[in-house]
Amino acid sequence: MKKQTFDTRPAGPKPWNDPQVRSIFFQTIAIALVFWGGWVLVENTLSNMESRGISTGFGFLDETAGFGIIMNLVPYDATMSYGRTFWVGLTNTLLVSAMGVVAATILGFIIGVARLSSNWLVAKMALVYIEVIRNIPLLLQIFFWYFAVLSNLPSPRQSVDVGGALFLNNRGLYLPEPLTQDGFGLVWGGILLAIAAVVAIRVWAKKRQLATGQIFPTFKVGVAILIAVPIISYLAAGSPIEWDIPALKGFNFGGGITIIPELAALWIALSLYTASFIAEIVRSGILSVSKGQTEASKALGLPNGLTLRLVIIPQAMRVIIPPLTSQYLNLVKNSSLATAIGYPDLVAVFMGTTLNQTGQAVEVVAITMAVYLTISLLISLFMNIYNRAVAIKER
Amino acid sequence: MRKTKTIALGIALAVGTFTATGAMAATTLENVKEKGHLQCGVTSGLPGFSQPDEKGNWTGIDVDTCRAVAAAIFGDAKAVEFTPLTAKERFTALQSGEIDMLSRNTTWTLTRDASLGLNFAGVNYYDGQGFLINKDIGVDDATQLDGATICIQAGTTTELNLSDYFRAKGMEFKPIVFDTSEQTVQGFSAGRCDVLTSDRSQLAALRSKLSDPSSAIILPNTISKEPLGPVVRQGDDEWFNIVKWVLSVQINAEELGVTSANADEMLESDNPNVQRLLGTDGDMGAKLGLPDDFGHKVVKLVGNYGEMYDRNVGPDTPLGLSRGINALWTEGGILYAPPVR
Repeated sequence: MKKQTFDTRPAGPKPWNDPQVRSIFFQTIAIALVFWGGWVLVENTLSNMESRGISTGFGFLDETAGFGIIMNLVPYDATMSYGRTFWVGLTNTLLVSAMGVVAATILGFIIGVARLSSNWLVAKMALVYIEVIRNIPLLLQIFFWYFAVLSNLPSPRQSVDVGGALFLNNRGLYLPEPLTQDGFGLVWGGILLAIAAVVAIRVWAKKRQLATGQIFPTFKVGVAILIAVPIISYLAAGSPIEWDIPALKGFNFGGGITIIPELAALWIALSLYTASFIAEIVRSGILSVSKGQTEASKALGLPNGLTLRLVIIPQAMRVIIPPLTSQYLNLVKNSSLATAIGYPDLVAVFMGTTLNQTGQAVEVVAITMAVYLTISLLISLFMNIYNRAVAIKER
Repeated sequence: MRKTKTIALGIALAVGTFTATGAMAATTLENVKEKGHLQCGVTSGLPGFSQPDEKGNWTGIDVDTCRAVAAAIFGDAKAVEFTPLTAKERFTALQSGEIDMLSRNTTWTLTRDASLGLNFAGVNYYDGQGFLINKDIGVDDATQLDGATICIQAGTTTELNLSDYFRAKGMEFKPIVFDTSEQTVQGFSAGRCDVLTSDRSQLAALRSKLSDPSSAIILPNTISKEPLGPVVRQGDDEWFNIVKWVLSVQINAEELGVTSANADEMLESDNPNVQRLLGTDGDMGAKLGLPDDFGHKVVKLVGNYGEMYDRNVGPDTPLGLSRGINALWTEGGILYAPPVR
C-alpha cells in the first residue's frame, strides 16, 4: 500500500519497448555475431586446409632452417631453427627502424626549424629538400641509394682506406671491433660515475638558479665530464681494449664490424624520407605558437636560441607529438621495403625464405602481421605517454 | 523493426555461406570443362620456361606443358589462360583453386609434395643449381668460393642448397637475397656479390642480360638436383592422372618418333604402341576421362617432348641448352616415361 502511494512514476514501458533493454539486447547480438563470424573464419580455414592436406600449426618453428642470413644481431647459423630466423629478422627490422627514427627526428627538427629561418638561403634550401624528398616514392629512393650511390663505391681490392683500420667499399663499411679485455669493468664504472655526476650537477645547478638566478653552464661541463672520466678510467685500467682490425682475405674483408650497404641504403632513404615529413610537422608546430610568445620572451631579454628552446619548442611539442607518432609508425612499416634490396628484415627473412621453405603461409603471415601490430601499438603507447607529459596541464 | 530485419538477413547470409562451404566441390576436370579453358600458373617472365612475347603470347617449356593439357581436354592448345605468379605466391594460388595446375619451374621436393597439399605430376626439365662468377676473380671451381658473397633470388630452393653445399664443404659465404631476378642480376653486375647462384638453365639467360656477357663464366659444378615439373592439388586423382599422362604421352611420342609434323600420317601406323598413343586402338583416353584421340591432339598441336625442348630451350634458342640429362633414356639421358598401354 505504502509503495503505491510514493511511486508516482508512470508504469515503465514493456521490456521490448524499453530503450535500455533493447540496446543491451542488440549489442549482445552484435558482439555474438562478430565472435561467431571470427570463429567461422578460423574454423573454415582450418578445416579447408586440413581437407586439402596442407600442414598447419606452429611446429615448423622448431625445425632446422638450413639457410644463411647475411646479418644477424642475435647468434644465428644455418643449423638453427625457423623460430630463430624470426628473431634474426625481427631484430634487423627493429635495428633499422630505431636508427631511422633517431636520424629522422634529428634531421626533421633541424630542417623544420631551418624552413622558418629568417635567412633566405637556409629557408629555401629546406623548402627544396622537403618538396623534393617527400614527393619521390620511397622505393625509388631506396633503389637510388642502393644501386646508384653505394654500388658505385670501389670494389674490395680498391677500398677506401682510412688509417689502415677503416675500409669502405661496395660490400660495406668495415670498422675495427673493440674486444674488451680483463679490467674493462673499471671503464664501465667510470661511465656510470660520470653519468651520476652529470645528473647531480644538473640538480644542483637548477637549485642554485632558482635561489640566486645565476646560470651554471651545465651542458658544457656535463659533456666534458662524460668524455673525460671514461677516458681517464680507461687509461687507469691499462687500456683494456684490443681492436680486431678488418683485413682483406680471399674475396673480401674479414674481422671487425661490417655495416652492409643494404642497411646503410635503407637507413639513409628511410631517414631522409621521413625527415621531410617531420620537418613539416615541426614547422606547423612552431607556427602554432602565437607570435606574442616570441615577443614576450624577447621583452624578457631571452636570446633567440633560448627563446626557441625554452618557450617555443615546449609549446610546439603539443601540436607536434600526435602526427610525429604516425610518422614513426610509417617508418617502421616502410622498413619492410628492405626486401627489395636484400636487407634481411622480418619480411625478407621470415615472410620470405622461411615462408617459402615451410609453405605455411597462414601461420607465417599471421605472426608477421601480429609483430608489426605489436611494434606499432607499443610506439603509439609510448608516444601517448609522452604526449600526456607535455600536454597542457589544466590547473 | 528495420534493424531486426537487417540482422535476420545477416544471419541468413552467414549461415548460408557456412553451409555452402561444406558442400562437395566439383572435380577439377568438370570445373575446367565448364569454364571452357585451363587456368595455368606460370612465372612472370623466365626465358625458355614461360615468358610473354611482345604480342602477349606466352611461350616456353612450362607454357607448352599447360598447352598440352588443354589440347588433351579440349583439342585446342589455345584454351589456356595464364596466371603469372611469383615464387612466393605460386603454392597458395594452386591450393586456393585460383589456378588448375602450376607449371612454373618448380622443384619437386619431399616437403612440398607432402606438406603443401600438392602433388607433382612428373618432371618436364631436369635442372641443377650452378654458379655464375666474374671472370676476373680467377676462380674455376666452386670449391674455391670460401668467403664469397653470393647473390640469390628469394623464394626458391636455391637458398637451402647453397647453405647445404657450403656447410658440407666447411666453407663460409655471405648471402644477399633479392626479390626478383632483375635485381639479382643488377646486384651481381654492380659488384655487390662475387657470385650469382641459380638453376643452371637460368644462368645462361641471366648471363646474356649482363652488359658484357663475356665478363662472367658459369662454373662447372652442379650442387643440387632440381627436377622441375607441373604441380596439381592433392585429392583429385583423376586430374593428377591427366596432367601426369599428358606429359608421359609427349615423352613417349618422341621415343616412338611421332612428331607434330607426322602425327596425321602416324594414325595409319601398324605399330601397336603408336596406335595406343594416338588413340586409333584401345580406350586409353576414356580411362583418363579424356577423348580417345587425346594423344593425337597433344602431339599434333603442341608436339612431342623433343620438339617442345628444342623450340624453347634447345641449342638453337637464346638459352642454347644441349639436351644433356634431359635426353631420352635411349639416347644417354634419364628421360623415361611409363608406357601407354
